Parts: sequence; structure tokens; C-alpha cells
Amino acid sequence: MFGFSKNKGGVHPEEHKAPSSTRPILTNIPLPAKLLLPLSQHAGADATPLVKVGDTVAKGQLIAAALRGNLSANLHAPTSGIITDIKPIVAPHPSGLPTNALIIEPDGEERWREQESLPIDPLTLSPDELASKVEQAGIVGMGGAIFPAAVKLRQGRRFEIKTFLINGSECEPYLTADDFLMQERAEDIVDGARLVRYILEAYRVVIAIENNKPQAIAALEKAAAPYGSIEIVAVPALYPTGSAKQLIQAVTGQEVPAGGRSNDLGILVHNVATVYAIQQALRYDRPLISRITTVTGACVSQPQNVEALLGTPVSHLIDICGGLKSEPNRLLLGGPMMGQIIPSLDVPITKGTTGILALNKREVNQQVPAPCIRCGRCVDTCPMGLVPLEMAKHSRTDDFEGAQAFGLNDCILCGSCSYVCPSHIPLVQYFEFAKGSLKLRKASEQKLEYTKQLTSMRGERMEKEAAEAAAKKAAKKNKRKSRSSETVDN
Amino acid sequence: MNSSIPLRASPHAHDSSHVNSIMFMVCVALTPATLFGFYIFGWPAVFLWIITIAAAVAFEAVCLAAQQQPLYRLKDNSALLTGWLLAMTLPPWAPWWIGIVGSGFAISVGKQLFGGIGQNLFNPAMLARVALLVSFPMQMTTWANVNPLFSTNAPSLLESLQIVFGFQPLADGVTGATILGQIKASGDVPVSELVATEFSLQQAFFGFTRGSLAETSEFLIFLGGLFLLYFRIISWHIPLSMLLTLTLVSGIFYSYDSAQYAAPWVNLTSGGIMLGAFFIATDYVTSPSTSAGKLLFGFGCGLLIFAIRAWGGFPEAIGFAVLMMNALTPLIDRSIKPRIYGRSHTGKPLPATATPRSQQRQ
Repeated sequence: MFGFSKNKGGVHPEEHKAPSSTRPILTNIPLPAKLLLPLSQHAGADATPLVKVGDTVAKGQLIAAALRGNLSANLHAPTSGIITDIKPIVAPHPSGLPTNALIIEPDGEERWREQESLPIDPLTLSPDELASKVEQAGIVGMGGAIFPAAVKLRQGRRFEIKTFLINGSECEPYLTADDFLMQERAEDIVDGARLVRYILEAYRVVIAIENNKPQAIAALEKAAAPYGSIEIVAVPALYPTGSAKQLIQAVTGQEVPAGGRSNDLGILVHNVATVYAIQQALRYDRPLISRITTVTGACVSQPQNVEALLGTPVSHLIDICGGLKSEPNRLLLGGPMMGQIIPSLDVPITKGTTGILALNKREVNQQVPAPCIRCGRCVDTCPMGLVPLEMAKHSRTDDFEGAQAFGLNDCILCGSCSYVCPSHIPLVQYFEFAKGSLKLRKASEQKLEYTKQLTSMRGERMEKEAAEAAAKKAAKKNKRKSRSSETVDN
Repeated sequence: MNSSIPLRASPHAHDSSHVNSIMFMVCVALTPATLFGFYIFGWPAVFLWIITIAAAVAFEAVCLAAQQQPLYRLKDNSALLTGWLLAMTLPPWAPWWIGIVGSGFAISVGKQLFGGIGQNLFNPAMLARVALLVSFPMQMTTWANVNPLFSTNAPSLLESLQIVFGFQPLADGVTGATILGQIKASGDVPVSELVATEFSLQQAFFGFTRGSLAETSEFLIFLGGLFLLYFRIISWHIPLSMLLTLTLVSGIFYSYDSAQYAAPWVNLTSGGIMLGAFFIATDYVTSPSTSAGKLLFGFGCGLLIFAIRAWGGFPEAIGFAVLMMNALTPLIDRSIKPRIYGRSHTGKPLPATATPRSQQRQ
């Protein structure tokens, strides 16, 4: 509003980042009794299991492969052990619906799969070969978008990439996982940045960090100093700067065209944790089997960042952080602004789990919704320039076209409007409902169209078959006639 | 699966704002000007203020109950605010029933008939004030003289009760006209002459003039407005564009013919202009929700206030001007929308600028 930022709107939620910032990342935590590995930890179709119950697997072994669709991703065993079950488990999703998962009982040996004795220097391989390695390692967007990284790299290679933008903004309150990753593993991130730059043949690499993380900025500036081509840019701390669109705007002043991708501007964005995972895969041949996640919230005894194996149950991580000191009002995966409620502590962390939050009632501050008083705070805070109050008004009465007229299609569901609404109206809930309904309607329209097509095709086919049959009959008749006439002739 | 966990979309955090506290803060902002009104107009003003507010809250309660709405809605303080705003704009020595009829009209017709809080098209307080003015022109244009509390001419507590609850008309010596009323009724006397004899800028600015119960002190109301701006309860768009428009337009006409038109400083310090700019026109429900819409709304208000004051039949312009612009608000909100990220002002997606590599290589 006052021109401090190139972005419009946005909010400054209470940060709550201090509690999890007192200790370094906790690594080598005790193994849980079981690892639960959902086959869907990415945007696309489930990965297909390559193992069966009773198999012994080695750490890093490929156990489920991306065989269906373009947006699936490989899954590797996070530790050595036995596959004890392949069955549906409670999904780490608000619905609590079942999702298919592999269950590994660790043997405690942490025995790695056989590795190439000397990993190849990645810079001796071609960009396409490196992209394939990223694909094999099962890496997805680790900021929560879980879009396969290799797909993004290949899409990016089709364009002239001017700026490869690394997202270290971590604008969600509470979360400090990326902050600590940048502080403690800055060299690896800079190395990863150089590798991705090589894959993309990008001109410029920018690591964008919110200015509330001075230590991370300093660490990366130091690590990047030997390589002149990597810029560290501090962006104003303003939610949702970590959204790719808003980050691009904050760094370059450009806007991603509506309905388009950042590629359209010659920009490609990867999360800093994704870049780290890519570096680990290309340098050390390590697939994505663990991640750093923030365990925090007022109900957690010892909030901190933990490097945990994928599939580790939330309950195990909370135990490691000293357990719960009070009954949480809300349990979440991800940050408070865009994170999702989880149905129980038994769900595992996955590739996209940026944090585990156990919040008390005061932190959630949920109140009974009151009628909209049209104060317009949602309009002022919308980073996309939409009119949330009108969108909600129309969504409520199932007038989705009306909601679209005020920008529903451009809504990124960041929740800034709901956060500031003095009437405590669950605006995002309305928009998710409206978007879901529109999607359903479109799908049923497509289905109808397809059915229509099939029916008309069937009609045509039947007509054709009838015509052919009639022609055949006529031909036969003619033949018989001519034959009989021949006989007559004879 | 644990069914006690609520299915609820993000976000799972909220700032400390609440409708109840917003409305309360506006009341706080009105307090200094109100206390000043009590001081200069004495006990009758206090009684009228209490009656008007009590009636507004009572009517709100009755309407909520009739619609089987929860009574805790009263806690949103919106009826309190409506009653308060209405009371501030009433003649300070008006009889008790003016307050009750006004509040009843504001709450039941102005607000609840439209569907309650957030649904009304017109500002309820202004609607009621205009309805009262049209229905009871005599009572609504009887302006008490300034007789500060505890001064020799101030009515005693008993006399005050008689003024508010007695049915006999006020004595001649205790009332007079406002400057805007005098200008309206001036006939052939040039405005500049009237202003020179009847108007003191300092008194008008600080509020020692005849006028409505608590809108005479432009200074204190301006301070209240700054308070609202500081706490981001209102934005600057409507007050600034409204006051700027009024200043510019009246300035132009004043420099063109100072005998016919009042000077900008007269316009800016009389007729409750500050209350209108900071508290009435900025009413969330009845003003546009976008910044550009607010600027246009303020501009329209400023223009209409000048036009009504200069050429209209009533001296009080703010109520009419704001109501007319209220009627235009849905139209403004439909036609003026912010530019969406990644789109042009017409809503078309911005062009892609990158070159596909295949083209580049070929």
C-alpha cells in the first residue's frame, strides 16, 4: 500500500517462527517402528509398487515406480527393512480417506542399496540426462506443491530461461525448515543452484529470501561468493510472497500471464528444499527419502526442525520433540495459512510436508462467522487483485459464474482474505467449494459431450454397417442373378 | 477416523480483528465530539442521546427476535453505532420522540428490512435523519443556542427534562439558525456579507456554533477521523476525495462569484461535513469496497454536497448527497474492479514474453 513492496495486498501474520529457531536441525533421529509410505506423494497418479509383502528392501531401493501418467513420481525405501503390508491407510489429508501405502518395518541396519562406487561428475552429463536422474530420484516440489521436479525442468528446457528463481522465502508463519536448511547447508544449495542452472541453461540465478531471515541470507551470500552468477535477493516479509506468482512479482516486477506459467516470462521457480534434493541426487546418487520439517505450535513441548525419513508417523516426530504439552485445538500438516487439518497423529509425513503444527485455541482464533459488513479488507489484502467479498457472496448462492466475474478463476487460495476478515467468514472454504463445483460441472459436461460423440459415432457406424450389409446383399443377389443368367446362357 | 475433528479449509490462523471491536472503535472515535456536544448544549442533549441509542438497541433486539436471529448479534455494536450517529445529527434540544421515531426508522426500515447488518443499501442513520427532516421539518430545524453546561444561561436538570419531555415549543430566545440555514434563507443579502457578520471560522472549526447535537466541532470529529485512519478502520480514499472535491468546487465558484457562493472554509467547517466525510460516507456497508470505487464515491459526495448547498432546497446537504451515492454503490462496485494479477485492465491475460527454445534454435 505504501510502496514498500512491488506486490499488492498481502498480510503480515504473527510469525511464531522463534520457538522452532532455537536449535539446529535434529538429524539421525531414532527409527520409528513402522514407515507408512503412501503411493501418492506427488501431483499425479499413484506410483505402482515394485515389491510385494515379505520382500526385504535396501535403503534407497526403488519400491514404487511412476508408470502411469506424466505427473507421477518414483518412491524409494527410506531405510532398509521388510515390506510388511501393502494396504490403504488414513491419508494425510483432511478427508481422512484411505490411500494406498507400502508399509516398511525397519531392520535398523540402514543398509544402502548398491551404489556406483564413484558417483559420476554431473557436469560431464548432458542436461537431459541430468533431468532423467532427477526424475529417477523421485523428486517433487518440496514447498508443498508436490509437482514432479523433472517435469518442471523439462518444461523449462523448452523455453529460453532468463531467470532461475530459487524460492527461499518461507512466508508461512511458524515454519523454519527452509530457513535452517539454508543456514546449515548453504554450500549444497549453491551447488544445487549451479546444477539446475546447467540443466536449464539459465542466464541468471536468484535465491530470494524474506528479509526476516538474516542468518540464511548471510550463509547463502557467503556460499555463493565464489560464483559470481548467483544473486541472493532479500524480499520484504509479506505473506504470500512464497507463492511463485507473488515471488516473481517481488523479484522481477513482472506478472505471470493469467492461465499461463512462469515459463511464459522465461522464469522458472523451484523451492530451496527441492534444489537441495536435486543436488543430493545428482552429486551423491541419493534419491528423495527424507526431508526437513518443522514440528511446532504452542502444544509442542520442544519445537524444532527435524530431518525425518518419509513415512515417519507424525506421532513419532511429536514424541521426539518432547510430546504434546496440551491437547491441540488443531493438528496440521504445512503452515497455518495454507496447511491442511490431519485426521489423526498416525498419518505419515510425505514429500510435501513442510511442517507439523499442533496449535492451541488461542493460536487458531476461530470464531463464529458473522454476516459480511463489506469492510473491504479482503479486497485490500488480496494479492491477486480480486474482490473476495463478492466472490463469496456469489459462491454462497451457487452463482459460480457471478463468482468468476469477480476473479474466482484467478484465486490462489492463499487465505489472506479469510485471515483478515473481521466477520470471520471462511472465505477460502467458499472458494474451494465453488472451484470444486465448477470442476465437477466441467467434467460432467465433458462426459456428456463424449457420450454424445459416442452415440453419434455409433449411429454412423450402424448406418454404415446397414448400408454395407445392404450392398453386400445386393451384390450377392446380382451375382446370383448373373450366375443364373449365365446358366441360362449355357 | 476421528469425527470430532472439524473439516475446515485453511487458514488456521486469524488476526485479532472482529466486527464487534470495529464498531466499538468507531464509537470511541465519536466520543470526544459527543462529550463536547453535551458540554455546549447541556442536559437536553445528554437525554436525547441516551434515548436515541437505547431506542436503536431496543429496536434491533425486537427485529432480531422477530426474525429468530440470535440475540448475541446485538454485541456487534452496529445498532449502538447507528443510534449514536443518528443522535449526533439531531437538533440538540429535539423532543424525545424524535429520537425514538428516528431510531425505529433507522433500524427497522433502514437496516432490518433489507436483511440486517451488511445488507442495507442506504446508510440507516442518514436515511432516518432525512425521513425525520421531511416529516418533522419544524422540530428538525430548531437549533438551540450554545449555552455551555453550568453557564448562567444553561438549562437546569429540571428545565432540561421539560425541554426533552415537555410538549410545549421552545421559547424564542433560546434558538436560532445555522450559518447554512441563514445562507439558504438570505434572499438578496450577499453571502459574503452574511458570512462576515454571522460566521467565525475559529468558532465553527472548534464547534462553538449552533448545529446538530454533536457534529459542530469539526476539529474533534476530524481527530476522531484520524483515529480511525490510524487504526486502519477506514481508508483515506473517501474522506480525502470528498473533502478535496468540495474544496475545489466551492473554491472555483467562490472565486467566480463570492456574493452568491460560500467560501471553501465555510463549507469545510459547517453542516457536519467532517462527520459526513469520516463517519457517514465511509460506512462500509453502503460505500464501494475497492479503492478506486471509494475515490469515485467521495468525489460524487463532494460534488453533490456542493450542488445541494448552492442550489438545493434544503440547507443540509450531507444526508441527501450520501444517500444518492449509496444508491450508486452497487453500480460502482459492479463496474470498478481492481486489475487482476496477470491480466490487463480489461481482464485479458497479459502476453507471454519468453521465447520457446525450439524456435530460438531453428
